[in-house]
Amino acid sequence: MIPMLQLVLRDLWRSRWPAAYGLFLLATSEALFAFGENRAQAVASLLTVTVLVVPTMTLALGVSQCFDWRYCAELLLAQPVRRGAIFAGQYVGLTLVLSLSFVFGVGLPFLWMGLGSRAAAQALAVLLAAGILLTLVFGALALLLGTASEQRLPALGRAFSLALFLCVVYDGILLAAATGLADYRLEKPLLALALLNPVDAARLLVLLKLDVAALTGYTGAVMQQFFGAGAQSVALLPLALWVAVPAALAYRAYQRRDF
Amino acid sequence: MPVTARARTMVLVGLVAACAWLLAAWRQAALAAEKPSQAPQLVVCPNCRLRKLGEALAAAAPGARVIVQAGLYAEGTVTVNKPVEITGQGYPVIDGLGRADVIRVTANDVTIRALWVRNSGSSAMGDPAAIKAVGVSRCLIEDNRVSDSLFGIRLDQASDCVVRHNELRGGATSASYSGNAIHLWNSQRVVVEGNRARGWRDGLYFEFTRGLRVQGNLSENNLRYGLHTMYSSDNRYRQNLLRANQGGVVLMYSRQLTVLDNRSERHWGAACYGALLKDLDASRFEHNRFAGNSVALVADNANGNVVAANDFVQNGFALRILASSSDNRFSGNAFAANAFDVITNGTRSDNLFAANYWDRYRGYDLDHDGIGDVPYYPVSLFALLLGEYPQAILLLRSPLVSLLDLAERGIPLLTPQALRDTRPLMERPRWSKSSD
Amino acid sequence: MVEVVGLSKRFGRRQVLRELTLCFPPGRLTVLVGPNGAGKTTLLKCLVDLVRPQQGSVLLDGLAVGSDPRLRRRIGYVSQLPRFPEQLSAAQVIELLAALRASAPVRRDEVLDTLGLESEIHRPLSQLSGGTRKKVSAALALIFDPEILVMDEPTAGLDPRSALRLKDWLRAERGHGKTVILASHLVSELEELSDRIVFLMDGAVWFDGAAAELRARSGEQNLERALARLVEERIAAALAEPSTTAPIAAAKTAPWPRSAGMAGR
Repeated sequence: MIPMLQLVLRDLWRSRWPAAYGLFLLATSEALFAFGENRAQAVASLLTVTVLVVPTMTLALGVSQCFDWRYCAELLLAQPVRRGAIFAGQYVGLTLVLSLSFVFGVGLPFLWMGLGSRAAAQALAVLLAAGILLTLVFGALALLLGTASEQRLPALGRAFSLALFLCVVYDGILLAAATGLADYRLEKPLLALALLNPVDAARLLVLLKLDVAALTGYTGAVMQQFFGAGAQSVALLPLALWVAVPAALAYRAYQRRDF
Repeated sequence: MPVTARARTMVLVGLVAACAWLLAAWRQAALAAEKPSQAPQLVVCPNCRLRKLGEALAAAAPGARVIVQAGLYAEGTVTVNKPVEITGQGYPVIDGLGRADVIRVTANDVTIRALWVRNSGSSAMGDPAAIKAVGVSRCLIEDNRVSDSLFGIRLDQASDCVVRHNELRGGATSASYSGNAIHLWNSQRVVVEGNRARGWRDGLYFEFTRGLRVQGNLSENNLRYGLHTMYSSDNRYRQNLLRANQGGVVLMYSRQLTVLDNRSERHWGAACYGALLKDLDASRFEHNRFAGNSVALVADNANGNVVAANDFVQNGFALRILASSSDNRFSGNAFAANAFDVITNGTRSDNLFAANYWDRYRGYDLDHDGIGDVPYYPVSLFALLLGEYPQAILLLRSPLVSLLDLAERGIPLLTPQALRDTRPLMERPRWSKSSD
Repeated sequence: MVEVVGLSKRFGRRQVLRELTLCFPPGRLTVLVGPNGAGKTTLLKCLVDLVRPQQGSVLLDGLAVGSDPRLRRRIGYVSQLPRFPEQLSAAQVIELLAALRASAPVRRDEVLDTLGLESEIHRPLSQLSGGTRKKVSAALALIFDPEILVMDEPTAGLDPRSALRLKDWLRAERGHGKTVILASHLVSELEELSDRIVFLMDGAVWFDGAAAELRARSGEQNLERALARLVEERIAAALAEPSTTAPIAAAKTAPWPRSAGMAGR
């Protein structure tokens, strides 16, 4: 895996996309401070950016990378190495570089602004963790899409559709359910529905560290319980599954496909 | 060398003796200075001739001073029916044996100072209190400790009294079987200052009052409200700190109140707010700070009030203005780091917003006069949705919500366009600060 | 010994290999011929486990080639279209492959010298011409000195001198007892090398034997013509069958009996 990982890292470094991604996040993060937001607010605003940009970018770059490596797969896979090693090199390389770009872009302004209070530092740490988890989730989904597709453009199309669905459309469904079925006691099903989506699970994970405490007056009993205690492990579980299952499926697809 | 040693000891003893004499003389002088000229004085203590407060009061002439020395005086209800000054030394415990009121004042010009008053009756009948004054003028209740009582200090039909520097410990666990720490009913011109109330139903409760001056009190962890006012007018509330109650400053059916320089913080949870203005008219809220409340200020059928130069920081919702409220003026306030700025249930707004600072404002100031050139609309679509459908909290910080808010801002369909700050401040006022 | 047993491969609805059974003994050089789409490339990819068949297996001395990636250490593969990590140079790709295989190339300089690649070795592969890329591709297989060489159109696009040198090398390798399997759509190009010609048509073997045998059977001296003749005969035979409808359709869909497929034997 290591030679492949080195190759992937070198290739990503040359492609400059991860750097552009990191710089975009850096600029966003900087801009928030420039608008006079404090650290907790900046974390909150970055959360919105994170749950939109990280899935989209990771899917796009991951699917592209998949096809880049498919291009010379004959050369690599004809060597006496396990396919799993080539696959793992791609996955680890992709997610490592994108995670670093994310941490660098989001975290750097906090470094020179100072971390502030303990709570703000914790919120930032959870945001960074959520971003990395989303990178792992969507890195796996990207390799799954890329491996299961024959052509680059349709695969990219599918990737963008998936990102749009999970980042925006899914929340639209949740919102419709929350408003349209307000007469029923739907807190639990709604919460479960939200946690099913990795993007929402990651968002809730960070929200738990943010301004929700002051808003609990506006939530029902179940939400209050959820937002109260032990909720972070509840939000982590679906995320862990969203990493493991697509990664396993992508691995299997990679093992089985013809090159 | 025994001679030298003895000399040294003598010098030392002499010095100590001199110091002791000096100290005694100074203390004597101080006591003499403290003593009013000719007031007769009675001393109550467990080993004195007067062993009971009740006996001393029976024996006292009007205007007498009663000194209660440290000890336990468990006498049930003690009635003060002549103008006397009762002063505790070393916090003597006046125990009401759980019967009714512990100290009941029915005369004018009574002073009650530095007692530990406890164990009033607990049945709701007659609203028993640790110290209750009924129909009196010019009472002074200061430096007392109150605990284990249904009500703390209660003044009915009192005027020109002072209640200050008392420490009130409540043991309230449910709002219906508990009373208020300081409870004024049908009273005028009372000063309530520097008291500390924890664990009651309401910390400070004023009903049918006029001309109160309430300042420098701390009221926290009460079951219901920190400062609660009903059917009152012309009161001034200054520099009080209300913390972690269900509601901070709750003013109902009142008018012409002045609320200045108070802090209302950490009122979290279902139906919790920093301030509630219900049927409140013609009052002033200025220089108050609302931080970390689920809702900082609720206006419900509040009319003609001025809310100016207050600091709204890190609340869930800064303002909740129900449509029944009108002619209120919100100006010069700072809104920063709140999850949402304003929600309302109506589409019209008859309230004026001007020259506030909103940290979400992204306008510009071409003429550099410190005032943004485009108005700020503080009601976001999502905040409105959240007000109607609390479950939507799940979508907080979702990109979808940002998109919806953006779209609503472009083509407003649901948010009230009349509710806007036409002259938003560009810079955050210096007095506004976050606890970041 | 490389054995292909009952190999069938379908891509979607298209049947590319039809129960192929073939044997490639050491010390022999086999040329797979056939028109485009006959299944040559798919067969070669099956030999290195790049393509996984629905049925049948590829055995290397009795071991299924897909069972252990280390078996591929014994095979050198040259793909039809040489594709590399384009930003790397040939030297870097050699390093990469050495790292992946965890073994150093044994005949690096010799191969590079023979193919005249030494001047090109440090340039990024994206800047190389098609012919040079093909030579690099061949070199990458040869430098590790595998005992089985599987090459898809190895001489296509090469200048005559390089093609000649490569053919000489392959002839020498066969002489050293190695198994050489080449695919080409032009028979004559590799005729001088081959011990054996396998003619693949529509995923099945239509002829398997020496060039001389093919000439004798068809009466044509030119191998291309000989193969064309073979096809004509087969189509005519198919038309004679009452159940068949059209010759082209028959050629595309009729499941040729094993005996017919092994006609050359």
